[in-house]
Amino acid sequence: MGQTRDCGQKTAMSWPCVGEAGRTGDWRTTRPVVDPDKCIAARKDKIVCMQCWMFCPDNVISRTAPPEIDLEYCKGCGICVQVCPSQAIEMRPEHAENAEASVMEEAPCDS
Amino acid sequence: MTVETKSISVITGNKAAAEAARLARVDVVAAYPITPQSPVVEALSKYIETGILDAEFITVESEHSAMGVCIGAAASGSRVFTASSANGLAYMCEQLSWAAGSRLPIVMGCANRAMSAPWSVLNDQQDAMSQRDQGWIQLYCRNNQEIFDTFLQGFRIAEQVQLPVMVCYDGYILSHTVMPVDIPEQEQVDAYLPPYSVHTVLDPDTPRNINPVTLADPRLNGDGVLCHGYMEFRYLMQQAHQEAMDVIVAADVEFESCFGRSWGGLTWSHKLDDADTVLLAAGSLAGEATIAADTLREEGIRAGVLGLRSYRPFPAAALAAQLAGARLVVVFDKSLSYGYGGPICIDLQAALMNHRLSPEIHGYIAGLGGRDIKARELTAAVQESVAWVKQEKALKPTGWINLKL
Ligand code: SF4
Ligand code: SF4
Repeated sequence: MGQTRDCGQKTAMSWPCVGEAGRTGDWRTTRPVVDPDKCIAARKDKIVCMQCWMFCPDNVISRTAPPEIDLEYCKGCGICVQVCPSQAIEMRPEHAENAEASVMEEAPCDS
Repeated sequence: MTVETKSISVITGNKAAAEAARLARVDVVAAYPITPQSPVVEALSKYIETGILDAEFITVESEHSAMGVCIGAAASGSRVFTASSANGLAYMCEQLSWAAGSRLPIVMGCANRAMSAPWSVLNDQQDAMSQRDQGWIQLYCRNNQEIFDTFLQGFRIAEQVQLPVMVCYDGYILSHTVMPVDIPEQEQVDAYLPPYSVHTVLDPDTPRNINPVTLADPRLNGDGVLCHGYMEFRYLMQQAHQEAMDVIVAADVEFESCFGRSWGGLTWSHKLDDADTVLLAAGSLAGEATIAADTLREEGIRAGVLGLRSYRPFPAAALAAQLAGARLVVVFDKSLSYGYGGPICIDLQAALMNHRLSPEIHGYIAGLGGRDIKARELTAAVQESVAWVKQEKALKPTGWINLKL
């Protein structure tokens, strides 16, 4: 971790942008992983269900089939797991070996 | 130097505070009435209502809201003033911390009053001293001219170091007592106190959120810039307090060159040069101590006074430098850190210890809840301490002046 003095702030502040409050992904201890074989949207290849997209409090799940999760900002709350009607999402520990096996097949964020 | 005196008014300390706020051209006043501060904001509300002062007076339902309004107004670039006392100040407590942590140059008056219980509206300094660790600069005044002048200095200091300043003056003893005060012309004040330029932050063109949740460790913000964690912000606040020591001195020096009056910056002294017995206090009590010191000198005790003007930042080095020749320091506190001692006394003990000085330091609690305290009682306390030292008695417990128990 580097030094913070270049931010020049004396009063803590943020401004409107993607991830205004900072990269909430670094709060996460477990990450959601979508199983496309169980996800209704993925199986039908259609924008259906979308319960996860609707309920994610950080608005980081895309409205796509299959839904994609932006791990830069997913805080790992697990709400998507709770609302998914087909148990298609599971939380896997960060920094464990199997965490790499994201079904999204995308590079995880650098945290 | 001598500066032409424009006009002398015979006014109370509260009126002096209101006059200073007027001449500082404050933009916003938000306050809730509480004795003995109320006449300050009553006067300001009259100035604003009658157009003498072009400002907003925002009435609120509590001191907590008063400081909340001050925070919002200061964050949007206004020069802001408020005043309070005792229970009102305590009710403001949570917002005091927000003001300092947001680094907003709010200036407030505190007409010092005893804290309840039991109920009292009379003077001591427990109210302000209890707010010691909120991050505010605290300056103590000994007369009404110093109140007026310290408010003007307070705005300069606050705006330079970006910390809020509390100007403290003893309730009734100063707040309701009339004294001659030299009120300068607006142009003179303008020359000393330039218009407030904003360092922060609320601006419709660049909307932002101040004081978002700040975690323990530094984090990247949305733009990928590594921003301070909580501790970095708090370290910067401490650094600002350290810098404030020079700024307080400079504000006073500059004040003297504009108005011909100096109040000493962090501390002031009376017959201190050859003194081996030093009386130390803050506020009007320290003024009283000068009379005691004169009496003690007539009796052959080489007494002097070191007055504490800035309580936070605490000028440890400046005090140590001036107490290098002292054999006995007698500290009078008008408040108490319950379970230990007088707050100024215990800070002084630690400061001198750090500076490898070891005079005898005796603490006395005086004037709580408005208990009258006269110069002759201070004199008697010093005589008691001098005798104690002569007899080489063991540790002296904190004395309570004029206690009738
Ligand atoms: S609901 Fe919670 S765990 Fe699921 S994607 Fe959103 S932030 Fe991440
Ligand atoms: S809630 Fe579950 S099934 Fe529905 S779209 Fe999201 S992952 Fe697929």
